[in-house]
Amino acid sequence: MPTLESIAPVGDTDTDALPPLPGPLVPLLHEVRYALARLIDEGSEHRIDLHALPLNTTLIDQLLAFIGRGEVEARIDAMGPTRIHESATPGVWVVDYRDADDQRLALHLEIASVPQILRTDRATLNAGLQRLDAGLAGAGDPSPPS
Amino acid sequence: MAATQTLAEQLRAQGVSRRGFLKFCAATASLMALPPSLIPRIAEALEAARRPSVIWLSFQECTGCTESLTRSHAPTLEGLIFEAISLDYHHTLQAASGEAAEAARLQAMRDNAGAYLVVVDGSIPGPEANPGYSTVAGHSNHAILMETVEHAAAVIAVGTCAAFGGLPRAAPNPTGARAVMELVDDKPIVNISGCPPIPMAITGVLAHYLTFGRLPELDAYRRPLAFFGESIHDRCYRRPFYDQGLFAESFDDEGARQGWCLYRLGCKGPTTYNACATQRWNGATSWPIEAGHPCLGCSEPAFWDAGGFYQAVSVPPRVNAEALLGAGAAGAALGAGTALAARRFTRHEQQQREPVTVEALEKRL
Ligand code: SF4
Ligand code: SF4
Repeated sequence: MPTLESIAPVGDTDTDALPPLPGPLVPLLHEVRYALARLIDEGSEHRIDLHALPLNTTLIDQLLAFIGRGEVEARIDAMGPTRIHESATPGVWVVDYRDADDQRLALHLEIASVPQILRTDRATLNAGLQRLDAGLAGAGDPSPPS
Repeated sequence: MAATQTLAEQLRAQGVSRRGFLKFCAATASLMALPPSLIPRIAEALEAARRPSVIWLSFQECTGCTESLTRSHAPTLEGLIFEAISLDYHHTLQAASGEAAEAARLQAMRDNAGAYLVVVDGSIPGPEANPGYSTVAGHSNHAILMETVEHAAAVIAVGTCAAFGGLPRAAPNPTGARAVMELVDDKPIVNISGCPPIPMAITGVLAHYLTFGRLPELDAYRRPLAFFGESIHDRCYRRPFYDQGLFAESFDDEGARQGWCLYRLGCKGPTTYNACATQRWNGATSWPIEAGHPCLGCSEPAFWDAGGFYQAVSVPPRVNAEALLGAGAAGAALGAGTALAARRFTRHEQQQREPVTVEALEKRL
């Protein structure tokens, strides 16, 4: 019986079908590879802002096509949309920060188990707990279990 | 008076969530060309940052610089950063007027001595000029500037007038207009030139100051490198036409219709350092060259006297760069020592400062 670890993630994992990689992108992908190895060995995360690099839109599109898409997609609505998807390389995420007019603010490759912006911090968790308690109290349950 | 709220509290009060805040940090890093690995540190610093007190002085100006900043579409990053400062004095935006307005300025200076920022838009008639050309509450611009910057942590000259003298300085410079850095020589100064300056450049410098407590890296004209490090020509989308020698020769010829390079129509892009090509204008809708007009070079010293706007650049503008670069070269560390003498200064300054009188004006006319 296969173990959970042996099940491959769903996604664009066929390396034979990879589009060509233009020369300027090769060092960038070496940086991604190095960061992924460090994430595995040391747990340290890394980010690259493609928006701040001298890459034109064609090169960015070629890079995104090359790294492909994995099985996770998310969208955050806070000060405009932020669209996130996992690349075909698990642990390499594309995080596209947009403003309210859908103009790009930053475009990150984030090498992490989960992108930071998706994680919920303690203060927000506490706010969630308070909201639930208030809701339960409002529904006639004055002493929700602690 | 500067509010005691931290920036994070201020943003939360405006309904910005934790994820919105992280996005704000990511956008700030991108804006200032900082490595995104710094984002956790930026977030940490901004969480705890106190809102700095800002005194905004307007001298010989057209209010275009303030318009540039405040006309941005909400809710934007620049809007949020602008909200994050404690703007304690600004002629156009403050509710108070007359003596109450001047009292607010002195109060902010007293309460935040050594820590407040002074933003200046507009050029200043120098100390040798007729003080009557521009006054605030009966006092010359020069006197108000020198009084206000004395206990400031840093001075931000917003717009080409404050940075280099601007249009009021155009020959024959009837008002003796000078740039801030020619008059203030003992404070850190950053110039955010442009006529008007790009709003993100103004807020980017404020965000950098909020995060790191110091000014960003500057070029030889003291402009933030993140916005003024590359020329318009370096980042212009018409550059491939320039490289192929394809030029529009008039505003309605075939070349203009094809979107060819505007060099022969007088484009100053090759000698102009600014971020229009990447940040663009009006909510990133477009920018002058995209609209079919050559760059005027508005962020460069002496652009106003550099020959015709529609003459191709062949010689560098007649800039007295030496004088500008030499002026005020000795910047001081932020806030260093300025708080010490703060308690005594306000009354002293008020006593020292002479109102402009009719006799004085007549004598110099
Ligand atoms: S339009 Fe101006 S900035 Fe653009 S390529 Fe031509 S000369 Fe350079
Ligand atoms: S394109 Fe040139 S003249 Fe126009 S705003 Fe930008 S720097 Fe100024």
